Amino acid sequence: MMDNNSSDIDIVVLTKGVPDFREGIVSFDEHGHLERGKTPTVMNPNDRFAMRAALQTKVRSGGKITVMSMGPPGYKEILQEAMNIYADELYLLSDREMAAADTWATAITICSAVEKLDPTPDIIFAGFKTADGETGHTGPQTSWALEWPIITHVVSLDVDVNARKITAKRLVQGDIKEIETVEVDLPCFVIPDPEFEAEYPRASHRLKLQNLTEETQKRSESFEDTLTMWDHKELNLDPDFIGLDGSPTIVGRVDPIPKAPSDREAKVLDIETKGGLEEVLGIVAPFAGEK
Amino acid sequence: MHEYEHYEAIVVGAGPGGAAAAAVLTENDIETIVLERGIEPGSKNVSGGLIYAENSAPYTIDGLFPEFRREATERPITEYQLHNISGEKVASFDLKGLHEYDTKWCDSVLRRKMDSWLSKEVQSKTQETGGGLINGIHVNGLLRDENGKIEGVTCDEIDPITADVVIAADGVTSELARSSGLMDWERPEEWFQGVKVVVDLEDVDNVFDLEPETGIAHLFSGDLFEGVRGGGFLYTNRETLSIGTVFHLDSIMEEKAESHELLNKLLTHPLLGQWLNKDYCELEYSAKLVPDSKKAANPSPHLDRLLLVGDAAGQMQAQGPIIKGMNHAVTAGALASEAFVEMKKKGSVEKAGERYELKLRQTGLMSKLRPPMYSVVRAVGENRVATTMVDGILTSPVGRVAIRAIGKRMEKLYNIPLLSMAIPDTATPYVTLPTIIGQEVGEIIKIKNPVSPPELADRISKLAYDTDIGKPHIELLDNSYAASGTAVTACPVSAIGFGGGCYRMEEVEVNGEIELRISLDTQPCIECGTCAVTATTEWSNPRGNKGVEFKYG
Repeated sequence: MMDNNSSDIDIVVLTKGVPDFREGIVSFDEHGHLERGKTPTVMNPNDRFAMRAALQTKVRSGGKITVMSMGPPGYKEILQEAMNIYADELYLLSDREMAAADTWATAITICSAVEKLDPTPDIIFAGFKTADGETGHTGPQTSWALEWPIITHVVSLDVDVNARKITAKRLVQGDIKEIETVEVDLPCFVIPDPEFEAEYPRASHRLKLQNLTEETQKRSESFEDTLTMWDHKELNLDPDFIGLDGSPTIVGRVDPIPKAPSDREAKVLDIETKGGLEEVLGIVAPFAGEK
Repeated sequence: MHEYEHYEAIVVGAGPGGAAAAAVLTENDIETIVLERGIEPGSKNVSGGLIYAENSAPYTIDGLFPEFRREATERPITEYQLHNISGEKVASFDLKGLHEYDTKWCDSVLRRKMDSWLSKEVQSKTQETGGGLINGIHVNGLLRDENGKIEGVTCDEIDPITADVVIAADGVTSELARSSGLMDWERPEEWFQGVKVVVDLEDVDNVFDLEPETGIAHLFSGDLFEGVRGGGFLYTNRETLSIGTVFHLDSIMEEKAESHELLNKLLTHPLLGQWLNKDYCELEYSAKLVPDSKKAANPSPHLDRLLLVGDAAGQMQAQGPIIKGMNHAVTAGALASEAFVEMKKKGSVEKAGERYELKLRQTGLMSKLRPPMYSVVRAVGENRVATTMVDGILTSPVGRVAIRAIGKRMEKLYNIPLLSMAIPDTATPYVTLPTIIGQEVGEIIKIKNPVSPPELADRISKLAYDTDIGKPHIELLDNSYAASGTAVTACPVSAIGFGGGCYRMEEVEVNGEIELRISLDTQPCIECGTCAVTATTEWSNPRGNKGVEFKYG
């Protein structure tokens, strides 16, 4: 059983490889500098929410999911990771001229690649921000370059393919958390919030989700069959406007964040001994209202 | 009006009953959707651990799933012994004859492994018909049309679904069975409570002196359970043991017995010292309510489009040393589907229930579940005067002389299937008789049992839970001691004086007088259903994927 309103839509998800910052995996030298060589690269954790939003859209409305990234050839594995969640096709924008790009140059490059896709996508999903740069700028700048509307901080969404509209609930962070509902015409750029939760209210959605997940995991075993690599020539981009040369951002200095000073004193007490326990009680008692 | 998704058949629950139902439906090209509330089939399911295939049954699990025994079971059970215990004296009987009566084969199983294997088969069979199996869906009630007729199910996680037939194989705590009024939780005497531990033992073959691909079942009865009616079991798995107890729930309630303590009495008895050692390690503690089909099985388990199978319909045969549930669930599940398929061909799907009921009778399943002889036994044997008299004679010098005289020939009596089906539910067969047999013809067991069973708190802390924070699935409606006090002892994860369990007893001052109040915390709940019978509650299962997750089952 399928939703009967499905006239397919084209979805692109943008992702990036970042150092795996999980404790026990990430490696820093004695100065607190990240050791890239010793730290594995993984798909940016926030991009999972973009992937889930894309998959929800495909399950509920049909369509095709293209996952795109920009980076060194080693990022192929990041795209494979994405395909394990779901992807029909993979694109990696990669060559030396694109290296060391800031958010601006990255947005220009991605914009060219998106415009080269045939057909042009209806929705682009991107992660909230990357775990390394933490700027949160690449997505919005790409939407600006494309001249598309953008919805950020999305916690739930519904796509009406026939009316070519997205209805989204987004978090508005003020003094209190509010949720705002917005309606936007396609094509549209969407940035799901880490609080985004995919919704599959029908049994047929769940069945389709299972089938698609099974299918994509099988496909990811030979993911290179669906992978297209594009360099700057294929995107018809001038090297002066991309990569390091095309990046207006100048990083003056990088200081490691000093460890937060601890202003609390700790004393180890052995509560197995009578004296130890009494001491603990003596310390805790004032907080329990005891005189 | 809402437009709901429609499937030809909904099967609720992916245990053996649901799997069998789905197998027969899909064989007949019926678009079937199977809804399972666990994170994976088997994660919510517990059984003692033996599955039978009967010669007389129209369906067996390996008939429906040919690779079943090779992939999903632990060991063939080839030996069967009953131990009559009186203190340290034990008289052991070989019950192989009874065990093999009508038995094609019998294997020990662990439900997580068994049900998850079955589910893969069910998944591919159902997908072929345009349906499938979905985990993590809690079916919480029945969808009714404007005339009140059942037309589908409602769920916590997804929109309601309609179907031509709903086969409820959702186990002993089935909400569909209750909301349809076909089953209830009113009478404690209709239930047993089973409590089990899975024990790690790598060297099962050596310890039990078993040839490869053989296994043994030990049963225990007598005076080690403080007069509570029931018994114990030990089944050999591949690299583990399933050790547990099954007691009449009314007896547990009357004696205010704590189930986990009774299990400990079995675990620490000298007899088990020959198999368990000081490295004793429990992998999992679990419990379930077990319907007593003689009293609980609904002879007409259907309403409108709803057909109940397995534990949901009370189809669990527990008569004396015979404990058969899963095989009957398989037969019932297959028969329910068969009935639907036949009536669909005739264009009258609404008559599937009646057809199913007829099949339950014609195939002899209902008379296994509710033996006609039992009603006579119940009238005479469970009569208090008669029981007192029989127990009086048995315990008297005359009775003892008689049992001594019969001696080992008692073994033959125990092996008569018809006799075992006519055992009354009194203390006589469960406690008095085995105790006297143990005393009079038993031998003293002088084995040191080094086991010191873990505390209840440790048993609970070893279990995996995904708590639905802020949404307790059971509501205590009456917190007085009179209404719900028994739950403190009867609940397998609660105990008097234990603060980490589901049910606790508190002294509260009311108008200057001290009263006992009961409180409930569902966090450690293992979803057995005991408190639905023993306390005044609004009982439901947790949402899909939530609550306890059994790794062995």
